[in-house]
Amino acid sequence: MDGFSHAGAELFARDWAAAVGRLGFVPVSSVEIEQMLLAHTVRLARATLAPQFTDRPGHDVGTALVEAHLTEPAVLGWTVRALGERFVTHVLPDLADSPAVRQRATALQGALAAGFSAALRDRTFVQQERLSRSVWAARNEAEQALRDSEARFRAIFTGAAIGIGIADTDGRIVEVNQALADMFGYTPAQMRQVNVAQLFHTDDPDGMWQHYTDLIQGRHDAARMEKLYHRSDGTAFWTNLAVSLVRHDDGRPRFTVAMMEDITDRYELQERMRFQAQHDPLTGLPNRTLFFDRLTAVLGRAAPGDRIGVCFIDLDGFKAINDSLGHDLGDRLLSVVANRLADCVADGGHLVARMGGDEFVILVEGSTGRQDVVGVAEAALSAVAEPVRIGEHQLAVSASIGIVERPVADTDPADLMKAADTTLYWAKADGRGRWAVFDPVRSARDRAKSALATALPAALERDELVLEYQPIVATGDRRLIAVEALVRWQHPQLGRLGPDRFIALAEETGLIVDLGERVLATACADASRWLAEFPDARLRVSVNLAARQASEAALVGKVAAVLKRTGLPAELLQLELTESAVMATTGEPLRSLRRLAALGVRLAIDDFGTGYSNLAYLRRLPIHSLKLAGAFVEGIRGDDPVSRVDERIVDALVRLAHALNLSVTAEAVETRHQADRLSALGCDTGQGRFYGPPQEAGGITALLRGAAGVASRR
Amino acid sequence: MDQSSGPPTEIDMNRPSAARVYDYFLGGAHNFEIDRQLAAQIAGMTPNLADTMRAGRALLRRAVRVLVAEGIDQFLDIGSGIPTVGNVHEVAQAANPEARVVYVDIDPVAVAHSRSILDGNDRCAVLHADLREPERILAEATATGLIDLGRPVAILLAGVVHFVPDADDPGAILATLRGATVPGSYLLISHSTFEDQPQEMLDAQRLSARTSTEITLRSKAEVTAFFGDFTILPPGVVHMPLWRPDVPSDVDDHPERFGAFGALGRNDRADG
Repeated sequence: MDGFSHAGAELFARDWAAAVGRLGFVPVSSVEIEQMLLAHTVRLARATLAPQFTDRPGHDVGTALVEAHLTEPAVLGWTVRALGERFVTHVLPDLADSPAVRQRATALQGALAAGFSAALRDRTFVQQERLSRSVWAARNEAEQALRDSEARFRAIFTGAAIGIGIADTDGRIVEVNQALADMFGYTPAQMRQVNVAQLFHTDDPDGMWQHYTDLIQGRHDAARMEKLYHRSDGTAFWTNLAVSLVRHDDGRPRFTVAMMEDITDRYELQERMRFQAQHDPLTGLPNRTLFFDRLTAVLGRAAPGDRIGVCFIDLDGFKAINDSLGHDLGDRLLSVVANRLADCVADGGHLVARMGGDEFVILVEGSTGRQDVVGVAEAALSAVAEPVRIGEHQLAVSASIGIVERPVADTDPADLMKAADTTLYWAKADGRGRWAVFDPVRSARDRAKSALATALPAALERDELVLEYQPIVATGDRRLIAVEALVRWQHPQLGRLGPDRFIALAEETGLIVDLGERVLATACADASRWLAEFPDARLRVSVNLAARQASEAALVGKVAAVLKRTGLPAELLQLELTESAVMATTGEPLRSLRRLAALGVRLAIDDFGTGYSNLAYLRRLPIHSLKLAGAFVEGIRGDDPVSRVDERIVDALVRLAHALNLSVTAEAVETRHQADRLSALGCDTGQGRFYGPPQEAGGITALLRGAAGVASRR
Repeated sequence: MDQSSGPPTEIDMNRPSAARVYDYFLGGAHNFEIDRQLAAQIAGMTPNLADTMRAGRALLRRAVRVLVAEGIDQFLDIGSGIPTVGNVHEVAQAANPEARVVYVDIDPVAVAHSRSILDGNDRCAVLHADLREPERILAEATATGLIDLGRPVAILLAGVVHFVPDADDPGAILATLRGATVPGSYLLISHSTFEDQPQEMLDAQRLSARTSTEITLRSKAEVTAFFGDFTILPPGVVHMPLWRPDVPSDVDDHPERFGAFGALGRNDRADG
């Protein structure tokens, strides 16, 4: 009816749709595309059959294909080829042989190709233009965003209270904000003339410049520090500075951005607080905290061979000044002394610190030797010694100084200060107003002594103290007359210690009273046993009495009690007192001695001849015996002039004693010659190695037994 | 107001763009020499790739029709590229003129282009955003006034999730998107895979590193996991042509040659 084959058109359209789907993208379903292409097929068929032919429909179909997004070139190729090869045979089978129809079909072919091309070209232009516009739009948007961001950044940059500056990697300042320029006291333009390197100073802390160079060389990305800068007028200000690195896309350093905050007020407050924490408010001197910080630092960074010295200074008698004249005056005195000490070491650059109270310390860094530090100490002593005038008071002050000077490698702060403290004590003990230098041997001895002093009470408890007895023999017939009780300490580690090692300690600590009582009790008990076993020997025991015991009120009662308990007759007990102990004896002690004598106890002066002997007391005191100091006997060695002098002294002393009705005992008799001379001089008894060493009670018992045997054989 | 994060704003015409390469494969002219060079290189290695892209576009078209038929009238198309042909709003609005579409892409040129195409269509909007910021996308989409997350919505992720590497935790992104929907909402995903693929496909994947984004091929199990607690609707996670073809004859003997899975899931959670 239409003059073309509908079945043929459908077949053609189906093939066309299949080819289109195979060759390119089809944005609609296969059913829809087939319907569309069928419409085009019909349109082309009708165009071919139209009474008045125009190739316009071919053009339109070409355009429509492009509009339906069937833009794949292969689609056009297939379409043109199919129009030539099978359009007429499929759709217009009846006219297949008509040259006019073939001509029209060919014209439609050409028009479709032209229409497709024109549409594709237009579409491409449109799409390219739209794409370009999109690119521009996107760029504009991005740039707008960038400008917005830039504007925000600029607002922050210019309005920020903190200073912000940007510099390139050569240190040239590229940009600064007003806040930063204000901090420095320049205009932003002036700041841009500055190189970052000019803002570093020689007094910056170590490593700060290194930090910056590390940053601009890309080794770090950020640095934070507290840094000092100088304003245009030369005044200084402290900043909290944060610098960060901005890199190129490839990672190369590009800019540094510095942000700084003026923290001068805070910094100064901190510094003030640090100063206060490290200084003594009264004198303004460094305090012990700062001293120990400095000492620790010096010891920590010392090179091998470095030496260090410390003068530990204490004012003599400051407490008395404080107590008598008041703390206010005492404080003023301390201020004066502090100033003088500071002045006198200022040239040497030494640190003077107040350790507390009236104690000061001078730290001598890099000492060249002991003499160096002694020089400092002497300067300090003479500086202090100048009379001080405070108000109406003229004060003469002295100080004692303990000096420690040693290689840095051998010490630590605690050890050094302990040594200084010990040495200061020595200087005080040696008589004030002087310096003493630390002596390791003396210190070791002190330490050993104090260790013994600490252990002594326990030793007494554990009965570690034992008695030895030294025979006292008649010089004439060498008969055993008496024994002197000598105390020994059977120390668990140190072995048997002589009285020289611990009696002085016991006297210092007061333990001597207790110790003396035990010695007395033991000696009396032993003597009582000897009396019971050898009644004829009537062996006397001689016990040393410490000065402290002699001045004890209860002494007489205690002695009487011991005698009663042990049953020893009083006349068999002799108490030895040193000359100095007796010299000091007045008042109550003198009465004690008289009462002891009244009991029947014998009293002897020990070491006679060594003190400043006052012959007067020999008359006043109830003395029975003198024990000549060993020194005189030691002098009797032979027939030389010195020996003769000593011999004459002994002779004189013996005569003196006898004139006073006192018996004489010579101590330290070591040779037969001495024994013979003493005998010849009329000395009553002798004691010493020649007559027998100190020995335990058993040894004396054996001697007595031997003597008794001799006597009975007589 | 927050401009500190978001997609890159730098326009680099010296690098090919995935969106423009895609457009070229779909027969568009929204592309530059640099894009066509890459497209030619990819096509030379894997002749199927152009077909894959076309198949992906066809899948999207079929799915949108299904969704409109299911009554969905708001679409969030993330990774929309240059919506030249067969784009979502045309398909959806052809069936329901009231349908609203929000396009999202990371490529600023694609976004600008989409805006120029959609100028005057007040039921469409374009967002410049990155899939890796799902909260931001959801917030901005809501802010357009076109998407109401209180009502069922279709989230379309056509050929985009494979641009998110595992390091960016795509699972968490998907969970955020799913979590923002109410029951009755849908999620469409098409995603490239290495399963059933020849070596050249895997080589081409390496070439994609030359665009702004790299493709991560994933298994069927991984793609399935992206649907989380959503119900995956028939026919399941399948090679793209197998997903509800218009006519059975549209499927040839090798549907796997397109190298990508497609699937549609629905939020069937019981809670309101």
